[in-house]
Amino acid sequence: MANTYTLISSVTVGSGGTTSIAFSSIPATYTDLVLVLSLRQDQTAANDGQIPAIQFNGSSSNFSSRTLRGTGSAASSFSAITNILTYGSDPSDFTSNTFANTQVYIPNYTSSNNKSFSLDGVTENNATNAQAALQANLWSQTAAITSITLTPFIGGAAVFVQYSTAYLYGISNA
Amino acid sequence: MTATYEKIATTTLGSATTSVTLSSISGSYTDLVLIMQIASNSSNTLFARFNGDSATNYSTTRLSGTGSSAVSDRESNSSTMALSNYAYPLSTLGTTTHIFQVFNYSNTTTFKTAMCRGNSASDGVDATVSLYRSTSAITSLSISTNGFGGTSSLLTGSTFTLYGILKEA
Repeated sequence: MANTYTLISSVTVGSGGTTSIAFSSIPATYTDLVLVLSLRQDQTAANDGQIPAIQFNGSSSNFSSRTLRGTGSAASSFSAITNILTYGSDPSDFTSNTFANTQVYIPNYTSSNNKSFSLDGVTENNATNAQAALQANLWSQTAAITSITLTPFIGGAAVFVQYSTAYLYGISNA
Repeated sequence: MTATYEKIATTTLGSATTSVTLSSISGSYTDLVLIMQIASNSSNTLFARFNGDSATNYSTTRLSGTGSSAVSDRESNSSTMALSNYAYPLSTLGTTTHIFQVFNYSNTTTFKTAMCRGNSASDGVDATVSLYRSTSAITSLSISTNGFGGTSSLLTGSTFTLYGILKEA
């Protein structure tokens, strides 16, 4: 029987970290994509260390989102017009050797419609401040997604640290 | 290695319709996952039923983010599962995503629970948890934006793909 849930590619960050994680030449042979992330940055929470940015096809434009978040003490919601993955990475001032865990589901990534996608994510921290996020996202572009790039939101020399991982799966309804 | 995530059925609407039913679901899986990208001609809640059951056997708790606040509500003894609150399907395809999971759906000894994650970047994000008070195995699943009685429709091009999850033998 056909396997419908297939690993396309994976990245494990090595010593010294990396300023970006990229999946390129994504084949158009699947129906949906699933991105499974375990990330940590070298930036503090105050310096946006909890926020990776996502690009489709090298573009960081035309993204919007609404997020429901829990911090361990309160729940709230906000909207954004940026390409953020809320609570998609642990910052450097969270408990060492902890990583945020995130799943991003991207249906119909080759369609000629805009791309709505879903994010569920948590940060990990042995303290009172750790977060969970449910995020609705939209990339208002009709091009098929052929590449995905993740970077620390603050950019510059900020890095995802060693042992961060990213797995890209394809799901086929054929 | 055994394939543990398999397509059961997929439908792309060729014309507008008031509801979609995925029927004759085999009992050979452990859990179900329904991926939906829906357009609708009205900004209505997304509803679901199992086995065509219209009795008041459903209850749902909804947790939502509106973009400015976090809210929650609950419906008990309902004739439908209300799968969205703010992330209702819009008229443009590709603007919303709903992921509906049904757990242990084929057992005949316990009531059934289900979860839905709704996503609309323009209106909100939803997480809903539903209970279906029936010990029958689930063999069909229906989706509607009209509460199974109104006039709103699921529009052409809306996609529904049902996957079955197996535990590896």
